[in-house]
Amino acid sequence: MLLRVPALFRAARQVICIVPLSEEIVIEAGKAGRRYWQDLWRYRELFVFFAWRDIAVRYKQTVIGVAWALLRPVLNMIVLTFVFGNLAGMARTEKFSFHLLVLAGQLPWQFFSSTVNAASQSLVGNARLLSKIYFPRLMLPASTLGVGLADFLIAFILMLGMMVWFGVGLAPRALFVLPFLLSAGIASLALGTWFAALNVTYRDFRFIIPIVVQAGLFLSPVGYPSDKIAPGIEQFLYNLNPLVGVIDGFRWALLGDARGVYWEPFLVSQCLVVLVLISGLWYFRRMERTFADVV
Amino acid sequence: MSSDPIITIEGLGKRYVIRHAARRAKDYRSLSESLARGASTLARKLRPNSRVGRYEQHRWEEFWALRGVAFEVAEGDIIGIVGRNGAGKSTLLKLLSRISEPTEGRIRLRGRVASLLEVGTGFHPELTGRENIYLNGAILGMTRAEIRRNFDGIVAFAEVERFLDTPVKRYSSGMYVRLAFAVAAHLEPEILVVDEVLAVGDLAFQKKCLGKMDEVARREGRTVLFVSHNMATLAALCQRGIMLDEGRVAADGPMADVIGTYQHALLERHADSGADPAGQYSEEHGIGIRSPRAAVAEAPDGTSELRIEFVLHADNPFREVQIGIEIQTYNGVRIAELPPKMTGFIVENLTDPLHCVLTCRDVRRYLAGGDYTVRIFLRKPAEMLLSADDLVRFSLDPLDLYDLGTTFEQGRHGLVPLRFDFACEESAR
Repeated sequence: MLLRVPALFRAARQVICIVPLSEEIVIEAGKAGRRYWQDLWRYRELFVFFAWRDIAVRYKQTVIGVAWALLRPVLNMIVLTFVFGNLAGMARTEKFSFHLLVLAGQLPWQFFSSTVNAASQSLVGNARLLSKIYFPRLMLPASTLGVGLADFLIAFILMLGMMVWFGVGLAPRALFVLPFLLSAGIASLALGTWFAALNVTYRDFRFIIPIVVQAGLFLSPVGYPSDKIAPGIEQFLYNLNPLVGVIDGFRWALLGDARGVYWEPFLVSQCLVVLVLISGLWYFRRMERTFADVV
Repeated sequence: MSSDPIITIEGLGKRYVIRHAARRAKDYRSLSESLARGASTLARKLRPNSRVGRYEQHRWEEFWALRGVAFEVAEGDIIGIVGRNGAGKSTLLKLLSRISEPTEGRIRLRGRVASLLEVGTGFHPELTGRENIYLNGAILGMTRAEIRRNFDGIVAFAEVERFLDTPVKRYSSGMYVRLAFAVAAHLEPEILVVDEVLAVGDLAFQKKCLGKMDEVARREGRTVLFVSHNMATLAALCQRGIMLDEGRVAADGPMADVIGTYQHALLERHADSGADPAGQYSEEHGIGIRSPRAAVAEAPDGTSELRIEFVLHADNPFREVQIGIEIQTYNGVRIAELPPKMTGFIVENLTDPLHCVLTCRDVRRYLAGGDYTVRIFLRKPAEMLLSADDLVRFSLDPLDLYDLGTTFEQGRHGLVPLRFDFACEESAR
């Protein structure tokens, strides 16, 4: 069989049809960036596939499937309501059911924290892929938004059910959930790119991430209303956490919580998020060329 | 055909930084270590005469896997790349397929590159065959439309129609590899980079793969870069060969000439070294072979016995390591390849280093006098862990079959010292 092959090949060379070549690629030291954004666009389908893979796997692997996505917010809601609403006695002064208040905060928080977590692990978790195949590496942390979003939607349905149960109507202002969700998405991508790249270079970085996320749960008004923070410089600093404005926004949009968003620091925090995102992309891009050698 | 080369490589170099003290030469760091190093650097700056942290400097060393590599490839060429392990072949392929970035020099590619560096990367065990075709196709750079167009072809090639909606974790290893290769084979790149990994699997599958490569090149005139240690396959497939040695192009010309140069170099090196050959180690899987030794000795019953010894070691406990062996003549003709499927040589639980011995009885009866190389390969059901090519060598003294003072030698008479009896009588007519 082998001996026949060269003859075939030689015959082949004479009938080669000239296919217009689709593109020219120049690979040069330190110049990978040139076509990067073009590549990102070219590989956009891969982004969808990665997101779809993570979602499919997530809901396949677990026996209870979708119920899993409900379990976490429900458990967290119960625990946080117990700690802050009952133990700390915050529920007494609230207009809404404390459960609803917590769940409304839980929605964006869970989206943010699980995306940051997944994004941080995305490169290390796909090490084999990184060392075998080229694609814009940014696809991996970015596509973790998909699972976060799927979980968010399921939890959101739970939220709607709870609102019906407690007799809170859905107003048109609920549409404002979208920009706040977008803001949470950008924030998680900003942190996620930093963490993902750091995780490749420094393997013990993964021990830090859960601590940061855990601290974030309490430094964001997930289990309590944000007006518990005394006004003044303290409140301003507290509101620099982008999730504070997002959670306030969710509560306002869904429940009509009159306290609303403390806008000045929220806008400042959004600028900070953009800065973190840009620097995160810069760092990611700088480290990206060595991922395959290091991972 | 356009005279503009499809691949132009100029002054290409890739430098790695390797760490000496660490057992595994990976160069990721830990944050605490970086902080410690930062502190010791600071200490040194503050007190230049102190000895703090001095030793750190010697633990990192630069290593050029490739340096000053330059060549051009014309459209439609099929090029074989040869070289010893560590000569830079894999690095070259990685740079070509943009997995890692060169340290210096440039590569100009006029077309899409697809690499079959390792089939099946990116398969997810929980997903079904159908889902994995889409996922893997996308990872390899196909658009959804392309995958849809080729879907039936892929399924037919892999022969998995009945199991399309079964998660691939339930596939047999054969089905898994077939599906993985099928997806890769239906890529439509202008430049195809194929690593030797393809050459594993059973013979029928190998034939199919080579046939597919042939078809790909014949029908579409694609450019193929093919890395292999199998000289017979290279000689059959490729018109032009490139030999790499220590990161540089050592020979470039017609495949047959390059193979000759390569084998000559191998023999010379073998003559030089003399001492115990080094082992081989897979960084990726953390498993390796050390202190290999091969010798032919007299067995108690007076026959010759080939004895191959080596120490199998792994960084982490390994389950089910399958051991395969291949004997080749020094110029790369396969004498026997015994996959673990056939022999059943399996180490159930590898924790501490194991001293392994393979013996082959009465070897001189079957093999002609001459030089042979031994390849040991370690694998898991669905993946190759380590292919230790040219691990050790042994020589057989030529046999004087007929006691006439003329010996049967591999290079001159062939591979098998068949023994004939001679008889004749007058024919009736």
